Amino acid sequence: MKIVVCVKHVPDATANRSFLADNTVDRVGVDGVLSELDEYAVEAALQIREAGEAEVTVLTMGPEQARAAILKSLQIGADAGVHVLDDAIHGSDSIGTSLVLAKTLERTGFDVAICGMASTDGSMGVVPAMLAERLGVPQVTFASEVSVDGTTVRARRDGDAATETIEATMPLVLSVTDQANEPRYPSFKAIMAAKKKPVETLSLADIGVDAGDVGLAAAWTQVESYEARPARTAGTIVTDDGAAAEELVEFLVAGKFV
Amino acid sequence: MGEILVLVDHVDGVVRKTTTELLTIARRLGEPSAVFIGDGIAQAREALQRYGAAKVYVLDAPELTDYLVVPKAEALAQLMERTSPTAVLVTSGSEGKEVAARLAVKTGSGLITDAVDVQAGDDGPVTRQSVFAGSYTVQANVTTGTPIITVKPNATTPEPAEGAAVEESVTVSLSDLATSAKIVDRQPRQATGRPELTEAAIVVSGGRGTGGNFESVEALADALGGAVGASRAAVDAGWYPHAHQVGQTGKTVSPQLYVAGGISGAIQHRAGMQTSKTIVAVNKDEEAPIFELVDFGVVGDVHSVLLAAAEQIRARHT
Repeated sequence: MKIVVCVKHVPDATANRSFLADNTVDRVGVDGVLSELDEYAVEAALQIREAGEAEVTVLTMGPEQARAAILKSLQIGADAGVHVLDDAIHGSDSIGTSLVLAKTLERTGFDVAICGMASTDGSMGVVPAMLAERLGVPQVTFASEVSVDGTTVRARRDGDAATETIEATMPLVLSVTDQANEPRYPSFKAIMAAKKKPVETLSLADIGVDAGDVGLAAAWTQVESYEARPARTAGTIVTDDGAAAEELVEFLVAGKFV
Repeated sequence: MGEILVLVDHVDGVVRKTTTELLTIARRLGEPSAVFIGDGIAQAREALQRYGAAKVYVLDAPELTDYLVVPKAEALAQLMERTSPTAVLVTSGSEGKEVAARLAVKTGSGLITDAVDVQAGDDGPVTRQSVFAGSYTVQANVTTGTPIITVKPNATTPEPAEGAAVEESVTVSLSDLATSAKIVDRQPRQATGRPELTEAAIVVSGGRGTGGNFESVEALADALGGAVGASRAAVDAGWYPHAHQVGQTGKTVSPQLYVAGGISGAIQHRAGMQTSKTIVAVNKDEEAPIFELVDFGVVGDVHSVLLAAAEQIRARHT
């Protein structure tokens, strides 16, 4: 079985995330990490591999630095990496991103393409559905529990109004939530072994995508402006000496919450 | 005025508040048409009419709701082809965002998700989104195709305005792919008797500091008529169901009042509540980062403070 995990290199949420002059996310001038939610996708792939026989390839797109997300995934246990690296990708929206990933998946082939539930930077959570749409395969998404039986994938999806059980047949696109598993930490041995694992670098030409169809200029949406949220004005903080509950209620009454 | 398609979010015909918000927003942009998929139009009709739907397209075939996401996206795409709307509005939620995502690819249209405000602009709708854990606000628009926008709950206050609500039954043809991911079982979320988390005007949440006892959190929520939330630490510990998780990987809430009980305020939690209008926190650790956000903070025991406050509020009502 061939499993391809799509991962994203994102600005560290605890760093000072910001924008560039073209209103795109600054991905170079800030510390980056493997998007935390993608660790669950890598773990889901490894668990499927351990239950049967599978090869796990990890796929990312983005600038030179994005290779770190592949390396981290290889340390966790993926077998090989694919990095789509091309200056023309800069500024792609979800439409452009899903095009690049879908074309690459067509080239690598896959039985299951696994994604995290969303990235921790854009956090749209729409790329898995777009991938399934572009590839013409079933989508089994926001899975909080996954089981595989032959070529059938069964998942629990905690939807907005109900908990659903979804069933579909491979090849398919699967996305998993942070409830799906407990990602493992790489061992020292795995960290050393990761250095020898193959990573293929592809350009847009390699995957048959026209540079004019992706990137900022080809995006179907446009960020007009951004502004930092004004700092919250310092509030009142009291230490409880037995009267704090009363002060809290007074505050709530003044705010017309009571 | 152009037609604005609004995908109705409902449970067996009970229209969710978010849909009345979308209809209110749609009236700023053009003439709202509600798209009702599934059972229960008889019950839903009144709410759709009251909030200004000029038309109501009714799509009711079992395949539309027995399979995940794809049938709804195909149905909307066919409706777009027929009506040439000037925008499509969908509620932000896992299903709504995925329906919108596929619709965008199918129709060659730009997609904006999680808008917290939508206004009419010279070149179509202009949206505001809260990004990077609520530390920035971004203004954006769609430049290609028909703007497809998913809107977060509480983006506006629903305003009634009687619409004609002319009903039209619509038949769609679905592809084989539409029935490729079957929903083989569905367990409706159990009613708690409290408001829905993302819709609630008041949310009281508990975290690690509760030690696993949510009695005081629930007591204050009930005294205020609010919803109950939980931090990831509390959910991971098995203290409260995941459906109540507030934060980056749970729900994002933006209520009038957010009370954080025993929650330290890690960035992942702040991402889910930072845009709340008024923030209150009770935590025994005065160094907890949550206190950087508060309008009113109490350094003290979460249980005794919340229980006493709940009791005093109840006493005022009697």
